[in-house]
Amino acid sequence: MNSSSTQYLNSKRMEVYEPMNPFSMWGDFKGNIYQDAAMIIEVDAKLENQLSEDNSHTTHGPSNQCDQEASKPVDKVLRRLAQNREAARKSRLRKKAYVQQLEASRLKLLHLEQELEQTKAQCALMRGGVNASQLGFPGAATHAGIAAFEIEYEQWVDLQNKKTNNLKTALNSGMDDTELDRLVQDALNHYANLFNIKATVAKADVCYLISGVWKTSIERLFLWIGGFRPSELLKVLVPQLQLLDHQSHDLYNLIQACQQAEDSLSQGMEKLQQTLAEAVACGQALGGGCYEMRNAMDKLEELVRLVIQADYVRHETLQQTLRNLTPRQAAQGLISLGEYLQRLRDLSSTWAMRLCEPA
Amino acid sequence: MEKIQALTSQNGVVIFTKSTCCLCYAVTILFQELRVNPIVYEIDQHPEGREMEKSLPKQGCNTVPAVFIGGKLVGSTNEVMSLHLSGSLIPLLKPYQSLS
Repeated sequence: MNSSSTQYLNSKRMEVYEPMNPFSMWGDFKGNIYQDAAMIIEVDAKLENQLSEDNSHTTHGPSNQCDQEASKPVDKVLRRLAQNREAARKSRLRKKAYVQQLEASRLKLLHLEQELEQTKAQCALMRGGVNASQLGFPGAATHAGIAAFEIEYEQWVDLQNKKTNNLKTALNSGMDDTELDRLVQDALNHYANLFNIKATVAKADVCYLISGVWKTSIERLFLWIGGFRPSELLKVLVPQLQLLDHQSHDLYNLIQACQQAEDSLSQGMEKLQQTLAEAVACGQALGGGCYEMRNAMDKLEELVRLVIQADYVRHETLQQTLRNLTPRQAAQGLISLGEYLQRLRDLSSTWAMRLCEPA
Repeated sequence: MEKIQALTSQNGVVIFTKSTCCLCYAVTILFQELRVNPIVYEIDQHPEGREMEKSLPKQGCNTVPAVFIGGKLVGSTNEVMSLHLSGSLIPLLKPYQSLS
């Protein structure tokens, strides 16, 4: 029978496409089409039978009753046809949506494949087996530099938190000053490592470093020339410490000097932005275009010097701060600093998650 | 070179810079902030700039800015920043600070 063969077709389609949801959804509908078509045929057949029956009975019954009986299946048919049209329209829309989804997935797949290739190339590069110039795509060396930095920075943060915890334990355990000082110097060296890896990526892509995109969102609010503002950190740190008068005096002077150093670098940055803008804007003259671009490129090299200088000021400020303190105070200072920076990162995570919370 | 020695010993605070160098600009700003008016020689613009650039390394400075205080080479940006943060720069500048 029509319906039984339709059922078979329906289930067969379902069987083949079951694992992929959109398809089976669409396949579902396809089955329905056949069912509906079968029903139309059934209804048509029924109608024919009805009519033929009625015809054979017209001599026996009143004509209007026959009409009434004849109009019922016609209504049904009309309604069924309308429902079919609606179902077909919906099916077309679903198909369109599905095709669009396929297109998007295809593009994403291409993108992921490309990323995979690049990551494989970076791994080969980092293992030292491949020269950056051997990699197939433009900007490969820069890309590799950035990828290496991101991994190293993540490891740095991890280690930073471990060292902060060690200092906390040491401070609370009543460790002697010599041992404590050793831990303090170790933590200070760890900051020096940060500035080293930053210098490397500055030479690979200073725009990446200065954008602060490698930091968490809340840390980025405080961004100053590719990193934290040393005077701000001092202002956070110093109130945490129990200081003697002469120490307070010295640290106050340090904060002043730090601010002046920062201001001078900020103005250097503004000057650089101004000259870069001028260099880019001056590309109008005939034949002068290329020359100006070289000029602009030189400015970007200046930016590398500036960022490295800013890191130097950060490092010096940190060292100078700790030089004025006893080992216990220095340990406390480093703990406060480490915890403060980690709180900024945690706040970023919480902030990012706020939209996931149920209403 | 003698020229450089002459220039630097005659004047209190002397900075050799390049007009394209933003760190030179930053150092000059810092000194002005500390109420010092340094004599600035832009070696890429100055008529005798080339000679100056050649003789700076002999004085001990390979890069700009090259900062001299009281005729003695202090160094470049790093040295200036270190000195300032350790509180040692202002004592050096004291004789040359203006009162305003």
